[in-house]
Formats: sequence, structure tokens, C-alpha cells
Amino acid sequence: MVTLTFFFIDYDLNEQKLMFMPDNRNSSTKLAVEFKSIQGGFFFHFFFFKEFGHKYTKEGSNKPPLINLSNTQGGSYIFEFDNYSDLHVCRDFVSKVLEKSKDTSSVASEKTVVTLPDEQLSAAEMQLRIKLLQEDCELQKLHQQFVGGNILTEAEFWAARKKLLDKDSSRKSNQRVGFKSVMISDIRPLTDGRTNKVTFSLTPEIILQIFAEKPAVHRAFLNLVPKKMTEMEFWTKYCRAEYLNRTKNVHAAAAEAAEDEELALFLKEDDILATEVRKKIRRVDPTLDMEADEGDDYMHLPDHGIFRDGSKELNESQHDIYRRTLLQDLNRHAAVVLEGRTVDVEMEDNTRAVAEALARSKQGKEGADGNENEERLNRVSRSTTLEDLQPPHSLPLAPLSIKDARDYFDSQQGNTLKTSRDPSGKMESLGSLSTQEAYGSIRDAISEMKSMGVSDPIINPEVALKVFNGLTHSISSIKYNHGKNPRESVLDRLPTETKEKLLQHWTCIQELLKHFWSSYPITTPYLYAKVSRLKDAMSNIYRQLEEMKASLRSDLRHQVSLLVRPMQQALDAAIQHHDADLQKRSAKSSGERPNGYV
Amino acid sequence: MIFKVEDVTVYFPYDNIYPEQYSYMVELKRALDAKGHCLLEMPTGTGKTIALLSLITSYALSKPLNSVKLIYCTRTVHEMEKTLAELKLLHNYQTLHLGPAAKILAIGLSSRKNLCVNSMVLAAENRDSVDAACRKRTASWVRALAAENPNVETCDFFENYEKAASEALLPPGVYTLQDLRAFGKQKGWCPYFLARHMVQFANVVVYSYQYLLDPKVAGIISKEMQKESVVVFDEAHNIDNVCIEALSVSVRRQTLEGATRNLNRINQEIERFKTTDAGRLRAEYARLVEGLALRGNLPIADAWLSNPALPDDILKEAVPGNIRRAEHFVHVLHRLVLYLRGRLDTDNVEKEGPVNFVASINAHAGIDQKTLKFCYDRLHSLMMTLEITDTDDFLHIQTICDFATLVGTYTRGFSIIIEPFDERMPHIPDPVLQLSCHDASLAIKPVFDRFQSVVITSGTLSPIDLYPRLLNFHPVVSRSFKISLTRDCICPMVLTRGSDQLPVSTKFDMRSDPGVARNYGKLLVEMVSIVPDGIVCFFVSYSYMDEIIATWNDSGILKEIMQHKLVFIETQDVVETTLALDNYRKACDCGRGAVFFSVARGKVAEGIDFDRHYGRLVIMFGVPFQYTLSKILLARLEYLRDTFQIKEGDFLTFDALRQAAQCVGRVIRSKADYGMMIFADKRYSRHDKRSKLPGWILSHLRDAHLNLSTDMALHIAREFLRKMAQPYDKSGSSGRKTLLSQEDLEKMSNDGSINEMLY
Repeated sequence: MVTLTFFFIDYDLNEQKLMFMPDNRNSSTKLAVEFKSIQGGFFFHFFFFKEFGHKYTKEGSNKPPLINLSNTQGGSYIFEFDNYSDLHVCRDFVSKVLEKSKDTSSVASEKTVVTLPDEQLSAAEMQLRIKLLQEDCELQKLHQQFVGGNILTEAEFWAARKKLLDKDSSRKSNQRVGFKSVMISDIRPLTDGRTNKVTFSLTPEIILQIFAEKPAVHRAFLNLVPKKMTEMEFWTKYCRAEYLNRTKNVHAAAAEAAEDEELALFLKEDDILATEVRKKIRRVDPTLDMEADEGDDYMHLPDHGIFRDGSKELNESQHDIYRRTLLQDLNRHAAVVLEGRTVDVEMEDNTRAVAEALARSKQGKEGADGNENEERLNRVSRSTTLEDLQPPHSLPLAPLSIKDARDYFDSQQGNTLKTSRDPSGKMESLGSLSTQEAYGSIRDAISEMKSMGVSDPIINPEVALKVFNGLTHSISSIKYNHGKNPRESVLDRLPTETKEKLLQHWTCIQELLKHFWSSYPITTPYLYAKVSRLKDAMSNIYRQLEEMKASLRSDLRHQVSLLVRPMQQALDAAIQHHDADLQKRSAKSSGERPNGYV
Repeated sequence: MIFKVEDVTVYFPYDNIYPEQYSYMVELKRALDAKGHCLLEMPTGTGKTIALLSLITSYALSKPLNSVKLIYCTRTVHEMEKTLAELKLLHNYQTLHLGPAAKILAIGLSSRKNLCVNSMVLAAENRDSVDAACRKRTASWVRALAAENPNVETCDFFENYEKAASEALLPPGVYTLQDLRAFGKQKGWCPYFLARHMVQFANVVVYSYQYLLDPKVAGIISKEMQKESVVVFDEAHNIDNVCIEALSVSVRRQTLEGATRNLNRINQEIERFKTTDAGRLRAEYARLVEGLALRGNLPIADAWLSNPALPDDILKEAVPGNIRRAEHFVHVLHRLVLYLRGRLDTDNVEKEGPVNFVASINAHAGIDQKTLKFCYDRLHSLMMTLEITDTDDFLHIQTICDFATLVGTYTRGFSIIIEPFDERMPHIPDPVLQLSCHDASLAIKPVFDRFQSVVITSGTLSPIDLYPRLLNFHPVVSRSFKISLTRDCICPMVLTRGSDQLPVSTKFDMRSDPGVARNYGKLLVEMVSIVPDGIVCFFVSYSYMDEIIATWNDSGILKEIMQHKLVFIETQDVVETTLALDNYRKACDCGRGAVFFSVARGKVAEGIDFDRHYGRLVIMFGVPFQYTLSKILLARLEYLRDTFQIKEGDFLTFDALRQAAQCVGRVIRSKADYGMMIFADKRYSRHDKRSKLPGWILSHLRDAHLNLSTDMALHIAREFLRKMAQPYDKSGSSGRKTLLSQEDLEKMSNDGSINEMLY
């Protein structure tokens, strides 16, 4: 640790640095603490010690104004000020900058942590953490509060979230993003309005989708590029064809196709698709195979049946092969989306590579067709049965496995006793009666009924209602309060500010408790330090909760205290445990290590 | 469960039964007892098919002496598969309880294309080429030739089947088309001819409507069905249209050109035979003189589509002398084609009755009515004599002969309409001459006459009294059943206004209004974001769907829809539509959710179910009226008015609303299912339109849901979906029971309350 005594001289907001001058004025050394270096990875953690247990402060009876600026590499700067006002100016400025840097980029604060001496992180891990923080603002808040507040170290913070780190990285490698449902290959031409020029833009993503949806284009690409034409030419032709299609000018398309055989490739019906379709139709679910109907349809022999009545449709049959409809495109697109993506486009930024990868994946798929028939038949038989006429299916239940029966039933007994305390009490009192007495009382009751008859109604309805209401009051009131609107909870009735605060406290407490309990039993001095840090933070929050409660309106106070109570209980338990542990320790250690070593 | 319906013990393969299923069985049983026809309407989603199958098979089992055969007609092949799958379930249950005595043979029958296992034949593209490819290998003369010349290709499956002869039988069981193919492959027998052969032994035959209604097919397939059979037409709400189409023919320029080519080819063949095998032609002539149109029993593989006229109307007499000689007949046909070509060359729409038309043919082409009537049989005979196997090339001349035979046979119920172009596209000349049948009762009459009981059933037969009039029959039982719902699991709504509170409609004058398209689009955009899984939309026509999707695409609405769900569309190409449907189901299964755009009166609306998560919401955009200016429709309306006193407007509304009901009815399959139905057109709020919807929809259409705007519909949809997500008691807790167990039924039949429960 470098300990020099400087005086605060000036700060420069624009350049974002603090200038300090050494105490002995004749020395020309100046220290400039640059905030700019934040971005470069050299960043300071600032915290302020009003009362500073340092040997310099000990000498003076009145505490001198000191400020300690520590950087994360383990070094720290301690500055002494002439007077407190200077210190305040400096402190305010520093805190402002600190805030600002946190706000503007969590990346920055992230980088700090990464340079912790005890942890060597790869760049990828760092990236991941940064990404996680950016994605999750809750997490970011927590991180700021605890790591920034030096209650937890970076490593500790992330150690509790190993899963998050793991899962995220594994998910990234395994799951592939499918095609979008929206037709992106539906490349829209951009016209600039003044000239007749039409612009199409293609990205590798779009190209992949074009290849997947139009195998003929894919084949043409593999065949023609780069042997016969450049990629640019290829796509120009393709776009020309698309444009012709879009204008729905069948005749123009036919005319152009007649002149240019490559263009015709794009305009004609896709023959690969047609064969694929023929293959697929054999595997289709027989309960919706409409193609099979044609086999039985003797009415629509060519020219049989009614050709042109009101219910029939008409179609123009001229130039049929050049007429690709929007409907066909939509069907094809949806089918491709459903099939899923087979090639990762991110890896292949070159069109040629995309095309080849797609061809490879297709070849792989060819072989893998098998016992679909079986599955198809199963599906048919499943869909023919009427579910609700059948006896209820026995759901797959996991059988209850009790290892120690006595243990289980004992605990169950405890439960039942607790819940039915009232009736059990009655039972006992009944038990104290002798059989004779019980018999006598029943006989009395019966003879009374015999003599007077059973009153009709047996119980006075008003009394019954009163009793019923009394018994169910708590249930109905809860229902009245909570059941009316499922979305409204107690929290919603609080002012938003309080609500936010409560929620935030709750997450903080959870985080703290998690770390707190995980550090027991305390085996190393490091853990001891951590626990005491945590304890301080917890008591801090405890106090804040109290304050919040006190600051609220009286009508809300009850609600809030209900909410706060479990938090406080949890904190109490932790603090109690901490104190007890401390006592035990001090008792033990006083015998062994008298000098207070923990 | 096993229970008694009067004196019949019914085996029902489930543990519970809906009360309406029970009532349905009771009514059906009474109709069978009375040996009469019946008309039963029961809402979709109440297990109609299984109730029907289990009652009829149980009925047959209870009367082992006079075996009742069930002929079950479906509209489509996939419905056939579904029915057979249900029958399989039932059959397993019955054999489990009754042992081998309950074993029956049930087969599905379809065309060669769906049954063939010969890969060479299957390579052909469409049905007719498959038929022709099969004939090329199996016709008797081809096989005779192959016996001498090993280079002639035959079909091994057919040869093996022929070799096995009477040994070739199907063991009892339920066979779907898939099972038949598998069995054929395993045995090496041709499944198609095996199935054709087994039809006469089967207890249950499931096939398409047309195998019974279209005389061309019925003549060869259904000739030998016993009178005791019970015929069921399932999903029969469109049966009148099927009947009409079965007897209609249209002739276009292409047909005439093709026919001319066919005739030239026939001429060449005749010349060839004259030089090589003149005896054949002489033999044919001799046969015709003797009065036989066709020589005795044809081998099964030679059979061709039979006479297009109904069996009762075919003259059983000798072919007239002027067409007995092959070349004379070809001449007659040439003259006919020439005459028809002349008639097609017209600038005006012409409408004529068959009598006038025949007279005009006689005057101009010199062909009399009797000659016309024999055209089809004469052609058939000639093709056999000439040993022509590539029948798919001769469809054109066949059409001409169909036309001639029909026009020569019928004098009423038909009209001939010649249109120079379609009114919807007057700029494209496309003349067509149509012989259109107006009377649905003609085609179905032989079925009613021949069979003891004919059951016509569907989810939508409202108004139920119209069908007996249209089909001209007298049902002994005619009932419409209500649905007993455990909870309100269907939610019909009428949306009259869009999000901007302006009315929406597909009415002719509003159809092209961009505001309507936008409002429809906004409705869908809102709905896709709140409804889970599958949504189905029906449009009034392909052209309207095309147009509106293009508008949505341009205005970005389609993009918004696709952000929530994938979009699949029915096109006029069946193969593409089938794949789109398959993908749609996949998308619903995997949880991605999808929207299916379809067309009322299209193939999808006809037969595809959107049950469970495949359809939580169906939107009917507009009222699916027919194109009312169509000449054929006008002619039919006129006929209906004159013959059955059915008003034009009534018929049109009835027709449109049955289509709409059919579309929306596809979302619900059982009472555990749930779905919403939106009728998006202001005209649905009018009473005269709405009241034509089937009762089970109307009873759930609340008054508050009759005049909604998009935002209100959205609110209702949210509430409904939330409500449906709650668990509920399946058996119906309060009031009426909606699910009966065996004990319930026994108890009720003991205390006699069973009759009160009937709907």
C-alpha cells in the first residue's frame, strides 16, 4: 500500500480527474487520479471513512479529514484534507462520478471486478457476466449494491450463481434459433420514387431461407455459381424473377423466360419441390389424405359432373407454369419454418458455404426415414376414440415410498393433533366421563325428544346463520379481500414507491441470507470477515425496514408490517445465530488464543 | 358396455354413452325393424358414427338367420379410413365379449389407385392412368397374349390372385385400405381385385357415395348387393349435390377435339383389324344382331365404367341396326361431334330441354333418340372388340357417348345449357355445353328402391323436412337430436361490425370495400393473439380468399398474423392442400399454433375435422352463397320451384347456411372438446338467415352474441377460453345427466324413465 499525504487541490469535471498536491509545497509532484481510466479497466472503488483507524489519525485527538480512495488492485490512496469542507466537496464529486459511471455502463463496473487479484477470468466468462448483468436489471441492482458496496466480493457474488453461468453457456451452444414465422425472404423491393430503379437487399439469413424454401434456386446456385456467372449476377437474375412474379404479369414472365433460360429456372415451377411433395404425400396421415379421394371420384372425370355452376371456381389455365401464387409461397414458407433450421447461418457468412452446408444436411436427412407407418397408424387409432366416454385414464403417479414408517406416521400424528386441537380437547373431556354417565345423558336427550317432539326446524335458522357466519368470518373476509380480483394482491394496494422498496429489500435480504448461511461453519478467517460484513449489511437493512414502517401512514402500516415480519424474522434468526456463534467462539478462543485471533 | 335396446343387445365399445347416442340407436333400431328409410340429424361431436356402427352390427348379430349387410357410404377416402378405424375398435370389443361368433368381415373399397401394390402401375400419375396401366397388364386378351409371348408384361399380383382362384379369400376382420394393401403384399395377391371379390361376402362394406349413386360405377361395383342390406349415407347434407353431379356431363372444345382424335384412332384400329382379324368384327356384329350389347360375363379385369344412365332406364333390347357395324357407328359419332361443335359456336347463352335438343340433333345430324341412347354401350362393345387398353386416352369420346346416352334417355329433370364464356370472366372465351341434372331424386331412386333400409344422417340436415322433398322419399323415421352439453363448450357468435364499428359483410356491393377486408384482418390479428393452438378460417370462395390474402399481405396484416401463428392455406391443388393440412396439424401438435385458411364448399370444409387443439376457433368470413347468376343454378331453382314448390330464396339461404354450419361444425368432436365459432357477416344477425342454422348451434347462440363488434367478440373469447380451462365434472352434475354408465341405463330402463330421457 502506498501511503502518501496529499492535499486536494482541484477537480476537473470535464476531464474527469482529481488533482492532488503533496503536503510539502515545494515538491512539484502532482497526483492526478483520472476517472477516464475507468473505461480502460483501471477503476477505483471509493469509499469514505469518516473515522479511520489509521496511525495518522490516532495521533491527532480531533479526527482529521481523511479520504481513502482504493483501487481494486489492492492499492489505495489516502488523502488528508485541510478542512472538512474540502473533504465534502471532494466526496460529493467522487460519489457523483461513481454514480454516473455505474449508470452509464455496467460494463465499466463489471470490468473492475474482473481484475480482482484472486480471480483469473477468461475474456469469455467476463463477457458472459457482463451480458447477464445487462439482461437482468434485478441482478444488476443487486450487484451494484453488494459488490459495489463491498459487502460481497465479485467472486462470492457469482459463486452463488454458478448455475446461471453454466446453464447460460450450455444453452447457447445447444439450442438453435429457428426460422422466423414471418416471411423474411419475402424481399420487398425498394423504389426510390424518382427513377424506375428497384432495389432488393439480401442478407445471408435471407439467402438461407430462400435456399430452404426454393430448392431449385439452391440447385441452380450450386450449378451456376461461380462456373457460369458471378454471385452478383445470379442474385440479380433472381431478383428480376421475383420482381416479375410480384407484378403478377404472367405474360411478361413467360416472354422473358422464353428468352433467358436461367431466368426461366426461377420462374418455372420447382421440380425438386414437386418430387419432394410426391414423396411426402405417401407418408401423410390417412385421415386427411384428400389426394386419395381423387381415386374414388368418378364424377369429376374430365368433363363429367357440373362444370360451371355457382359453387365451382374457375381458374385461368394459360401459362400455368409461370404462375406461382402467394398462397403456394405461404404454404411452402410455413412448411420450411416447421421443419426447422438445419444450418447455422452465423457460422457461414459466405453464401457458397451456406448453400453447401444446406445440401449436406439434406443428404443426411434422406436416409433417416423409418417406421413412420407404425406411428401414423397409432395416431389414427388415438384420434378415433372418444376420450370422455372412456374410463378415466390413470395418471402416471409416483408411488409414495416411505423409508421409515414410524417416523412418517409420528410426524403425521403431530400434524393432525395440531390442526384439530379443538375436537381432540373435547374427546379428552368426553373420555373423562364414564360410560354410564354418557349413556344416561343420551337417554335423557332421547326421552326429552320423545316427550316434546323434535322442534321443526331442528335448529333455528337465524341462529344457524349467525353461527355459520361467525365460523366462516375469517374465510369469507379473506375471500372478499383477495379473491375478488386474482391479479390484485396486498402489494398492489400499497403506494408504488413502498412496493418497489419492499420488493427490493426482499431480494437483498435473500441474497444476504444466502451468502450468510452458506458461509457457516466458519473455518477460515476469510469467512469470518465475510460474515461480519454480511451481518453489518443485514442490520443495516433491518434498520431501514424499521424506518420504512415508521414512515408509513397508519392504515398501511399494519399491512406492511405483516409483509415485513417474515423478513425481519429471517434476519433475526441469522443475527441470533451469528451472535451465538460469536460467543461460542470467543469462549473457546479465549482459552486457546488470548490475543483475540480469530 | 353392453345394454339392451328393446330386444337387441347392443355392444358398445366404451364405458359410458351419451344420452343422445342412446336415443339415436333407439330411433335407428325402429327404422330397421320397420324395414324403412330414415333421416337422422345429430350434431357433430356426439359420436354418431360409433353409435351407428355398434347398433347395426349388434342388430345383425342378434338376427343370425337373415344376415343384415351394412353398406356404409362416406364422402371421402379419409372418412372411410376413420370409419374403419372406429369399426376396428368395435369389432375388437365384440369379439372380446362374444368370442369368434362375433367375427365379421369388413372392408373398405376404393379405386385401383388407392389399393394397387404394383409399383409399375402406381408410377402413373392420376387415377385414370393407373386404371389404364392396370388394364394393360390384366385385360383378358393381354393375358392370353402373354401366355404365348413371355415378353408381354403382366402383373404378378393379379396372376397370383387368379391362380389362387376361389382360395383367394380374406379371413374375417376389419380391413382398412392400408390393411388390404399389406395383406395383398404379404400374400402376393392383388388387393384391388381381392377386395372387389370379397365385397359380396363382407358383412360391412365401406366405400364412397359414388359407388352407389353414380350409375357408371354402381353398375360394376354394387350390382350384386343384397336387398336386405342397410345403406348408410354419413355426412349426407350434400347428398343432393352428389346425386345431381352423378348425372351431369359437360362438353367443352377440348372434349370435342379429343373426341375427334379418339375417333380417328378407332378408325385406324378398325382398318387394322379388317386386314388382320376381320372375324372379330364380324363376330361382334353377329352378337349385336342377337341383341346383346355386351358379351355375357366379362372377366373382372375387363370391366369398364358402365352405362351412365340409371339401371331401370337402360333399354334391354337389341342395338339399332344403323350402328351395329363399327364403321357406321364411328360415322354417327363423327356427325354428333360435328353437330356439338356447331352448337358450341354461339355468342349467346342458350338453354334447352332434352326433348328439343334431341329433336334438333335428329334434324341436323340425322341421329335419332334411340341411337343416342345406345351410344355408350355400343362404344363399350367396340372398345372391347378392338382390345383397347389405354382407356385413359379415350375419356373424351367416352364423355361424348355419356352425354348422348343421357340426353337420349331422359326427357325431364335435365336441361342443356350452352354458355360462350363464364360471366365472371367475360373476356376469356370458353364455350361449354352442359347437360345438367336438376333432380336429385333421380340418381338416388334406385338406391331407395333396391335396399330395405337407407339411413341418411349428418350433423346438419336442417331443415329436416326439406330433404325428403329434394330426394323424393318417405322416411319412416325423421328425427333431429339435440346435444346435451355438460358445459357450454361451444360458443357461437355473430360479428356484425369491425373494430371501427362499421358493418362487415361479403355482400356483393361491400365485397371490394377495403374497409371490410381490413376489419376482417384486424379481427383475425386480435384473435390469433389470444386463442391457443389452431384457428380455422373459411372464406366464401377461392377468388375471394385470394383477393383478401393479397390485400392482407400488402397491408402488413398477414405479417402481424404470422408473428403469432404459422399460416397454411387450402389451394385448388389437392396434393398441396393435403400437405398443408398435415403441416398444420404438426404445428398445432408441437405447440407453435397455426391458422388454416380454407374455403366453404371446398374439399377441406367437406371432410376434414378440426377437433380438439386443431381448432379452437373457426371464423366464417361471410355467407357462402352460391354464385347466384350461374345459369345452371337458375335452371335448377326454376325446376325446384315448379316441381317441389321450393322458393328460390329459401333454397339459396338453406344451401348457404348448411355450408356455413358444416364449416363451423368441424371444430367439435366430443363433449370434452371445446371451440368458438364466429360468423363474421352482418347478414347473420337477420332472423331469416340465422334461423336456418341447425338447432344445436342456435340453442347456444345467445341474444347478447348476435350483434358484436371485434372488441366485444374479443372479450367474450377471452372469457370463454378462461372458463373452458377450468376442470369440470364429465358426467354432468346438475339436472340432466350428459353421460350415462351401464348402471344408469339399467336403472332407467327398469323404472321406465328411459323414455322420458329421449330427445
